[in-house]
Amino acid sequence: MSFKTFKIDDMDLSAAEDDTILQVAREHDIFIPTLCFLEGLSPVGACRLCLVEIKGSSKLVPACVTQVQEGMEVLTNSERLQKYRRMVIEMLFSEGNHICAVCVSNGHCDLQYLAQRLGVDHNELPYLHQQKPVDASHYRFAIDHNRCVLCTRCVRVCDEIEGAHTWDVMSHGIDSQVITDLMQPWGDSETCTSCGKCIQVCPTGALFKKSKAVAEMVKEHEFLPYLKTMRETK
Amino acid sequence: MTLDELIPFAESELEEREQYEHEIHVCVSSSCHSSNSEAIKDAIQAEIDAKGMSKTCRVKGVGCMGICAAGPMVAVDPDGVLYEQITPDHAADIVATIDKSPDERLSHPTDTPFFNRQFKIVLENAGKIDPNSIQDYIAADGYTALYKVLNEVMPKGVISRMMRSGLRGRGGAGYPAGLKWSTVAKAKGERKFVICNGDEGDPGAFMDRSIMEADPHRILEGMAIAAYAVGADQGYIYVRAEYPLAIKRLKNAIRQAKKLGFLGDNIFDTPFSFNVDIRLGAGAFVCGEETALIASVEGGRGNPRPRPPYPAAYGLWGYPTLINNAETLANVPSIMRHGAGWFSAIGTEGSKGTKVFALSGRVKNIGLIEVPMGITLREIIFDIGGGIPDGKKFKAVQTGGPSGGCIPEEYLDMPVEYESLKELGSIMGSGGMIVMDETSSMVDVAKYFMEFSMSESCGKCIPCRVGTRQMHDLLDRISKGMGTTHDLHQLEELCDMVQATSLCGLGQSAPNPVVSTLRYFRHEYLELLTDYDPDAAVAADETSEVTQ
Amino acid sequence: MSKATFATVWLDGCSGCHMSFLDIDEFLLDLADKIELVYSPLVDNKDFPEMVEVTLVEGAVSNADDYEKIQYIRQHTRTLISLGDCAVTGNVPSMRNPFFVDEVIDRAYNENVTINPQVPHIGVPELRPWVVPVHTIVPVDVYVPGCPPSAALIKHVLTELLEGRKPDLSDIARFG
Repeated sequence: MSFKTFKIDDMDLSAAEDDTILQVAREHDIFIPTLCFLEGLSPVGACRLCLVEIKGSSKLVPACVTQVQEGMEVLTNSERLQKYRRMVIEMLFSEGNHICAVCVSNGHCDLQYLAQRLGVDHNELPYLHQQKPVDASHYRFAIDHNRCVLCTRCVRVCDEIEGAHTWDVMSHGIDSQVITDLMQPWGDSETCTSCGKCIQVCPTGALFKKSKAVAEMVKEHEFLPYLKTMRETK
Repeated sequence: MTLDELIPFAESELEEREQYEHEIHVCVSSSCHSSNSEAIKDAIQAEIDAKGMSKTCRVKGVGCMGICAAGPMVAVDPDGVLYEQITPDHAADIVATIDKSPDERLSHPTDTPFFNRQFKIVLENAGKIDPNSIQDYIAADGYTALYKVLNEVMPKGVISRMMRSGLRGRGGAGYPAGLKWSTVAKAKGERKFVICNGDEGDPGAFMDRSIMEADPHRILEGMAIAAYAVGADQGYIYVRAEYPLAIKRLKNAIRQAKKLGFLGDNIFDTPFSFNVDIRLGAGAFVCGEETALIASVEGGRGNPRPRPPYPAAYGLWGYPTLINNAETLANVPSIMRHGAGWFSAIGTEGSKGTKVFALSGRVKNIGLIEVPMGITLREIIFDIGGGIPDGKKFKAVQTGGPSGGCIPEEYLDMPVEYESLKELGSIMGSGGMIVMDETSSMVDVAKYFMEFSMSESCGKCIPCRVGTRQMHDLLDRISKGMGTTHDLHQLEELCDMVQATSLCGLGQSAPNPVVSTLRYFRHEYLELLTDYDPDAAVAADETSEVTQ
Repeated sequence: MSKATFATVWLDGCSGCHMSFLDIDEFLLDLADKIELVYSPLVDNKDFPEMVEVTLVEGAVSNADDYEKIQYIRQHTRTLISLGDCAVTGNVPSMRNPFFVDEVIDRAYNENVTINPQVPHIGVPELRPWVVPVHTIVPVDVYVPGCPPSAALIKHVLTELLEGRKPDLSDIARFG
């Protein structure tokens, strides 16, 4: 295996050649915000929160899928990036109907945390007030599309880890929505194994267990890297 | 088949053609087709049969003649007479005046700049050959390039010829085609694929459709040469399902080419094998983006993914894949036939060859044109296009569709090149060219394109999914006279953010129509704002000029 | 030393932010030495004074009355503070936004009422089509998110303001 030496935020680092910028940053406790990325699932580069600057290039690159290069100088927290990241968060808050105060994941939500961490204390963008459905037809779980950020973690975990591929995305653009089977009620799904992995990987309160009240839905996705390691070493 | 067989094949077709004194061409491409041109063709045939002229005169359906606004078009060869706005009732008049002076009421002048200022490579056969006949294509030197390449040139030589020709991708970004070919050729993979991108989706653009409808074999030949050069054995033509006529003709062309052994195993008795299949798109604009197109061909949701890895290294089903636009591939047989030097002598320093444009909007000669690179926008709009109808004044020309921008009068003398258009805040794009006169509101134009991008966003990345909607809402407010200075500021912030952070080209370029109209027509936005203060604006302008 | 003038207002919210404000316990005594509460649901003044140093706004802008009130207050306030999620984001009151006002009123006063259903209309301000955060109507100087913002956070904000600084809450406050 060959190695690369490079810089992140002026820190000299080295890594294996197929490591991504995000992997290396995490190893060295350099904060790069992520939302769609989840260790153990394939990266999709969709949320654009992990965009970083590369010195000498005007193009921003997603840290989750960009491999390190020899001599590369990465900037993870420029003012420009901070502004764009805040706008991404504002966009998500304007798109859905995120009422933290009455959400099952209040206090345990990635979106809420990121807003705080990135300094979003209000939203400059107008709220879109889209009417979105809630599907509570499953006997144990429910989905509130008002809180969905379309990170597709549920889609990926269901397909890549559970192997059921119950979840997918329907429609496009601002009308996109995650669906179970071919847009059937979740409770009627013949592919869903009720394993609950989607609940655990969901970054917000969109997917939750029915027994949970406000602020009670704590997500645990640490099983993912564990599962992955166990499968790989088997 | 060998060249010895190919040449007699072409000659027999030419001989057959010589038996006829006249050939009547009826356009059967989409635009004329939808105006019932098949019935016109049948009526003329019936008239000829009735007059007993079927030995001396034959009727042929052909591809687009270009001047779509005047359609349905009929041409009489070899006299070079062109008839416009024909109905089946005119059949008798047309047949009666063969050999005599043409019917003045119907004839369309052909010695105009619209015809003599064009330079045709890609469209050289359009309007001349029958797109349903492989014989016609062969008689027009078709498949000779493939034959020669397979028998006389090594794949490396083909690529070097492509590099030297200077051909750049005609789909939008203008990436050098030869470079792309060479990357795919060098990529390692058990298999390789060639994909023809015929998923033309810009509003007002119909270049690829016309090529596929008028000269489908040209695309197949271009693909086969590309496949030989990069080492692929399978090709796909990705066409949107909204182009039924193009699909029908391509399918027919594939069948004919297979029958004659121009596609399939051991083409021209060489070890080279290549098959082509058609894949239909459901008309999503984003599927013109190469990674989304690949996902769609694979049968998945047409979502783009981050690049790198580029399709050249990791494409269809993970194999190295060459994706070229239909017009790019249609240039290939001519480059191979006439040589790289011939091609690179046409056009300008950085932009070689010709470009097909779909000219539409407020211009007299709406239609399809092919012009050498470097021609000015003024020549295209005022000479070839015939200028603005109804005595109105020119205001702007939009190039590059929803990813492009609007260019005002003062830059009309800029040559049409990839770089110069980019400098002006627009792009060459795939070739849509929409002319606008003084009655168009540029804010409405920007809103129209933003609505398009919004409804065509795939929804995968947040900046494009939500940003296009937010920008559209702001443009809507401003265009209705309800916007404020704050709204305009927010719109500009969003433009910058969406350009910089979107995942694919659709999102990155979605703000372009807004940015370019703000650049050249900012006053139109300002005048619509509720808190617009003309005096303050003048003062601000003066200070900005001083600081500049 | 003259005391700084403070006001608090309650638009479309649940009064929870005011409760949280009262929760600052013994700091209230310090505060009483430094500020004068000139207008508030907690005091008896009926008219908003000519000019107030700091106004804390709880609640979203929901009806015609809120809309007029907030504009008047902005004109007569030096530092306007959006206190709590309703003022900052619209929060729970904004949950009616995806629906039409008529639908919402019908649901509340007719559909779900068994005895003598009727829509109140006398002395009640008209609902606006959408519940919006305060800053979409008037400029806001400081945002204090939270539902409610904790007493400690409110104390921090007030302390900073009294020290003449603009509080920076970006990483201590959060929505919800």
